Order: sequence, then C-alpha cells, then structure tokens
Amino acid sequence: MRPKFRAALAALFFAAPTLASAQAASRVIAITGGTVHPVSGPVIEHGTVLIRDGKIAEVGAQVVVPAGAQVIDATGKVVTPGLINSNTTLGLSEAGSPQFSGGYNDTRANGTRGVAASFRAWEGLNPASTFIAPARQGGVTTALVAPSGGVIAGQAALINLTGDRIDDMVVRRANGQAAVAMLAAFNPGAADASSRGELLGRLRELIRDAQVYRATRAAYDRNASRTLAAPRADLEALQAVVDSTLPLLIAVDRASDIRAVLDLKRRDKLPVRLMLLGASEGWQVAGEIAAAKVPVFVGAMNNIPVSFDALGSRQENAALLRAAGAPVVLVSNGPGDGENYNVQNIKQEAGNAVAYGLPWSEALRAVTLAPAEAFGVADRVGSLRPGRDADVVIWSGDPFEFGTRAETVLIRGVVQTGDSRQDELTRRYAPKANR
Amino acid sequence: MRSATLLARALALVIAGAPALLSAQAPAVKPATDTAGPPPGPGALSVPNADPFPSTYRPRQTAPTVIRNVNIFTGAGPLIRGGSVLLRDGKIAAVGPTVDAPADAVVIDGAGRYVTPGLIDTHSHLGVYPAPGTPAHSDGNEATAPVTAQVWAEHSVWPQDPDFPRDLMGGVTTLQVLPGSANLIGGRSVVLKVVPSTSVQGMKFPGAKYGLKMACGENPKRVYASRGPSTRMGNVAGYRAAWIQAEQYRRRWDKYLADPKGDPPARDLGLETLAEVLRGNILVHNHCYQADEMMQMIDIAHEFGYTIRSFHHGVEAYKIAGTLAKEGISASLWSDWGGFKMEALDGIRANLAIVHAAGARAIVHSDDPSGSQRLNQEAAKALAAGRAAGIALRDEDAITWITKNPAWALGLDDRIGTLETGKNADLVLWSGNPLSVYSRADKVWIDGAVYFDRADPTQRWRTDFELGYVPSNDGRIR
Repeated sequence: MRPKFRAALAALFFAAPTLASAQAASRVIAITGGTVHPVSGPVIEHGTVLIRDGKIAEVGAQVVVPAGAQVIDATGKVVTPGLINSNTTLGLSEAGSPQFSGGYNDTRANGTRGVAASFRAWEGLNPASTFIAPARQGGVTTALVAPSGGVIAGQAALINLTGDRIDDMVVRRANGQAAVAMLAAFNPGAADASSRGELLGRLRELIRDAQVYRATRAAYDRNASRTLAAPRADLEALQAVVDSTLPLLIAVDRASDIRAVLDLKRRDKLPVRLMLLGASEGWQVAGEIAAAKVPVFVGAMNNIPVSFDALGSRQENAALLRAAGAPVVLVSNGPGDGENYNVQNIKQEAGNAVAYGLPWSEALRAVTLAPAEAFGVADRVGSLRPGRDADVVIWSGDPFEFGTRAETVLIRGVVQTGDSRQDELTRRYAPKANR
Repeated sequence: MRSATLLARALALVIAGAPALLSAQAPAVKPATDTAGPPPGPGALSVPNADPFPSTYRPRQTAPTVIRNVNIFTGAGPLIRGGSVLLRDGKIAAVGPTVDAPADAVVIDGAGRYVTPGLIDTHSHLGVYPAPGTPAHSDGNEATAPVTAQVWAEHSVWPQDPDFPRDLMGGVTTLQVLPGSANLIGGRSVVLKVVPSTSVQGMKFPGAKYGLKMACGENPKRVYASRGPSTRMGNVAGYRAAWIQAEQYRRRWDKYLADPKGDPPARDLGLETLAEVLRGNILVHNHCYQADEMMQMIDIAHEFGYTIRSFHHGVEAYKIAGTLAKEGISASLWSDWGGFKMEALDGIRANLAIVHAAGARAIVHSDDPSGSQRLNQEAAKALAAGRAAGIALRDEDAITWITKNPAWALGLDDRIGTLETGKNADLVLWSGNPLSVYSRADKVWIDGAVYFDRADPTQRWRTDFELGYVPSNDGRIR
C-alpha cells in the first residue's frame, strides 16, 4: 500500500505536467490484459482497448498493438467506459448558500410563472469547481449538468469532467446541439398552479402555444398574435421539445402522476419525447412506462416515504422497471450530496441497485450506455466501441465495490492527472509515518 | 417537612441516584401525615438522575439461539472465520471458533455470511424529523431561543416514523435521537432501541444516560442573526453564560439535597439539565465542524469542568486528531460529506481514518435517515479512503466505527457494541461481508429476539402510518 501511494504521489508531483502535454490526441494507447466491459457487447477477458486520436479504435481479445503505442497493462483489472452521472449540479453550485457562505448557486432561473425553457444551465458552469476532480478520480467521466426549479427548469447538457472551457467540456450531439434534455417538474406550486389539474392544463397550454408560435411566428413578430403562454425566448427554446428532438425530462414520483405525464403523449398526443426523473412509484406502473418506451431515471437507495408523492419508494424500483422492459438510468438519490460534492457515489447507487435485484450488467449499462442513448449521444460516450470517445476507466476490481479504486481514468484518450483540493488537505494532515 | 417528603418520593423514583445522597437522606425521611389530597409528585424538586419518563421497554422472552459456521466481526478483536455465537436470555452467552449450545437452541447456519454487533447511530433525528417530511411533524429544533436546555428530544419523537423499521432493516439496533443544531444548547437527546412501540417510552434504552446537544458555528449565528448571537464570539459568550448559571444552580441544589431544610430552590428544567452535565450524569454531544471551534469548545469544557463525549460532524476533526485522542473525545463523522457550506469546505474522505490512526475513537454517524440505514456502507467508504491515503487499516477497524466506538459515545459500552460474553444480544446477520455494497442485513436481533428477518416479509414491522399508505414490503402492488 505504502510504496504504491508514494509512487502515485511522485507521479502527481513530477510526472503530471509532462504526461499531460505528452499525451497529444494523436498518440496511440493500448490498454491490455484487463477484463473489458464494452457495455455495447459481451465481456472480453484479457481484452485490449486500442485508442487512437482520442477515440476508441479497436476492442477485442485479438487486437494487435501497434509498435510505438503507449501500453497500459490492465492485467487483473476491470476496464469499463467512464461512468455517467445523469443528474448533477456539478459546476453550478459550491459552498452552500451564496447569501450566507458566499459561494455560487447557478442551478435556477427566475423564469416566468415557473417556465424557464430558455435557461441553458451549463452556460454558468464553473470548470474550476473543486467538486469536479473527486468525481473524475472516482471514475465518472461525464455528468449531466441540470437546472432545477419551476415547472420547466431549463436545458441540461452533458459535460466531460475535464478541461477549463465550457465549450470544450460539453458533449454535443451529432448535430452540434449542446442541450440533451429539457428539465421539468410535476410540481403544481412551481408552476404557479394550485392543483395537479391546473398544472396539467398549463403544461398542455404551454406545449400547444409553442406549436402555435411556430405556425404564426410572422404574426407574432408583427405583434399580431394572441397572448401566448410564455415569453418569446421560452417559446423558441421549446421548439426543440415540440419537434421531439429534445426530450422532456420530468421529475415526477406518484404513480398516478406518472400516468398523467404519460397521458400527455399517449392520450393528448402532444408531440413531445418524455423521460421520467425520480419516479419513486414507477415500479407500480412499470408496464406502462415500458410500453411507452420512456426512459426512467431512478435512484437505488431511496426507500423512505419522504413525501405523500413518494409513499411507494423502494429499492427494488430500478430492478422492477428494468424487468418490465423500461430503459433504466441510475441517478444519485442516496445519503449525502450525490448530485454535486459526491457525484462519484453513482457507483454506490449502482451497487445498491444490484443488491436489490438489478442484474450487474444492467447496472453498469444504467450508468453508461443507457443515459448516452437517452440523451442521444451514444455515438460519443457510454460504451467501448470503435469510434466512440475514449472515456475509459481502469478499475482495481469491481467498479461498484467500495474497496475498488479507479486507477486510471482517460477522457477523450487523455490520462487524467492532478490533485483535488481534498488530496492537498489530506497530504497536509495525514500521519507522516504513513506516507 | 413537606419538602423532605417530596424529596423522599423523588429519590424513590431515581433509577441510579447518588448512593451517598440516598443513604444520607434515608433516615431523615418520615411518612407524610398531611394526606388530605393526592400526594404531590416530585416535580418541584431538581434531583440527580431523575427519570420522569421511564422506559417501558422489556426484552422479549426467547429461546436460546446459536448461529454456526459464520464469520464474526466481534467489534472487539480479529474476525473469527467460521465461528459460532450463542444467544441466551437476551445476552451473548458465548462466542468463538466453537461454542457449546444447549440441545434446545435454535440453530442458524451462517455459511458464507457474517455477523456484527447491532449497529449504533450516535446522530439521528428519526421521530423528531419523521417521514413524510411535513411542517406538522417538524419537531427537531426548538428554534425560539439560543439556549433551550429545557427541551427533551423524546417529547418530539413520533414512534410511527416509517424510518424506524427501515433503520432496523439496515442493521441499526440503537440510536441517539438529538435535537437539531439551531441552538447553542439544543436540549436533551434520548437513546432508543429500534423497536416498534406506541410510545417513545417503549423504545427508550433502559438505563441509558441522556445526552446534551450543543452546536457550534454557522447554524446558531444564522438562526439568531437578528436577535443574537450573530457571531462566533457571540456563540461562545452564550455557552459560557449558560454554564455560569448552571454551576450556580448545581451548587444551590446540591447543597439543598445534602441538607433539605426549608423551601427548596426554584426548579428550572434547563439549568437542571446543564447541572446534570456538570455532575457527569449527562453526556455532551457537540455539533462542531471546524477544528478551531472544537479547540475552543474543549477549553470551555475545561473552564466549567465538564467533558465532551463526542464531537459531531467534525469535518475538520482530522486537523486535531491528536488532541481528540489526548482529551478522550470521540468524533462522530460522515464518511464523505463536505462542501455544502463554508464550515464544511475542508471535509476530506480520510477524516475517519486519520482520527482513528491518531488513537481517538472514530465513529460513523448519519444525521440522515438514508445514511443511517447504510452505516456499514459509509464505514466501507471511509475505510477505502483511509487506505487510499496510505493509512494501514483492517476491516475490523471500520467495524468498530459503527459498533464499539458509538457504544462508548453513548455510555453504553458495558452493554452493547461488541459481541462479547455478557453483552446484550444485539446483532446482525449479513448476507455477506458488511463492507461490501452487495451485502444486506438478513436478520437482526435485539436482546436475543429477532426483530427483522428478510426471509419472512409477513412479519415485517410496518408502522401505523404505513398501513394503507405505503405498499407493503412483500412487493404486492396495491
């Protein structure tokens, strides 16, 4: 343990700058000998992951390692795609209340009557957030940076957990689009509504007015339109929602509310693509969610009836939804701040999901390829498949076990190095005899 | 005369009063002669170790039980592989590689599984901030004055909180329910067994000492910003003023109790609680994040002659680990919480490990109903972080953070926290190593009786609240 730690420290102190600069994207890297979980295909024992120009080039048991490639020996280790945490406020908030602690909180927009569709949360992201490095060190390479508050909270983007420019960090879709979801909440109070029925009416009006706006833009510009349900910027932002290119990710928990949300599409025929967030009682309507082919983003550690909307919370939720055939994405829902300070604890969610019935391979999928598919970026992240970004983690063992360490983390083919603020504090105070 | 009679009745109700006081006063007590009305209660008197809300918990009668062929984390020594534990009359009767079990003992095969002592959470708000979270049940902070030593957490505990059975399913058998941290001095805690009851008295751990909740730093100065204290120096002045009053009160009452002549001094619930701390009858549990503030709280304790039993949260405990060891103060910590406010910025994941390595008692606490259900997972994370920082730790060390050390913090280490002969038979049978994310509690015993059995959903404890509201745990869909 000790020599290894000392070696790691030495690497951090002396090798990090040269390592980073030496890793030009053109470099060829071969990760050899590990148990490779491509997620997009079967497990490969003693497999090789070949990386070229920052992309996965080849994956298999018979891959020929080209001369001159940097070889990383992963014998006895586990190789997976970098993990994705699909509901975070990483980089949007730090140090608690801005009013009291002086930190920042850029997760919410004021909006208009609870609607802030034009709010692009990631534009306010702080790449220097001290919470990013620990997440990355824990094997998370991609995170959804999501707004909250209101009935339409705003747009969320996926970011890679590296770099210092937001535009470089964002994982874009093939069409160049940064936003991967419009966040919403089934919350009458947030919608300036007094009841569930009123909220549903507002949602329908909003979506239909977005369609009306599209059809009557010219009249709107001449000030010849009737009053619409949201300001122009929000109606513009909702266009991607009503043409189904941007999924509407709705936080909703009660079984009957989930049905009401599904009805917006299956009964009211609103032209939206739905995804469910939270879905505490999703297991009670799992068949309907599966039939609607609606991805469902759930935690695996919530079993407390924390509100009258979540009385049916149970840890088997993910397993039951998956068994019914619904696409399942795991998100943080356990103790502590899994959406920000503890983004890396998505592993713990996955492990708990397995403990409560989700097959291991499905749990890995739920923190890699499943969210990539839901967000429309499976051609970039979420699997070890040729052509994908080389976001790869080499684990000392089972990624979900507490004793396992993410020994090497690559993002877009670059080995990630560098200390976190916590590392510096630890080094300052850990007993000297142990170092 | 009247006062002497009152005192006699009060002393009769004391569970563990000062023996010297009892023997000194006993001969002076005479039967009351003025029995015109119902006898007055002891309520006017401020006596040590008074127990006006006594525990009504009684252990269940059980057959002897032996768990065989099981891996045993005793909390007190090295892991015993493939050993046995015998539970009899609510106690651990034997533990070791082999044990002699009576012929009529219930035999449980623990092949491939693990047992630990029942887990103990030193920092819970179950019952006082129950689920579902509503203002109607938000009873954890009497945030009406910076010093509310007069309130007792047990008077806010709702025994139907559905968090209780979930904690039990996580292997927790004992928890300390504390008032919140809005106040400099928040009131008395209560130690509960995680058992079903219609009253909090039916959950109270018999003979457990009370705790006193104190809080440093941001919370009190934020809550009382407009009326004061509004600064950390205001906080410290507030603690000291309270202890000065408490010491006067203690002296006045101890003098009276030693020689009860004339009218008794006025009783004050808040000062009584603080006086009990000064007498050593109540243990101080001090919410405090920053190292510099903990150092000041230690000096305040020295100034007034009390001891701090445990610092809670202590995200900077690692900075003063040696002092904690020297002072004999335990540290009730999170494995990985930090960053959520200014005083929590310096949280590091190796906190528990560094405190442990310095020789102080490290404890995993929750302050959270979800974390409380998974103390074993939290301990596993803290263990891994310690090892990653180069600190040599055994799995057994991490187990003490959720068993032996919290038992000490609650003053119950003579009864719970380890699997040693004579201790209460509170234990958990885990499906695998409890430090694995995949392990779950299969069975939980309290005082030798099975309170949770994953294999038998029909016997699952469901609170009154859950009936008709929460789908039953056997997976039936309503």
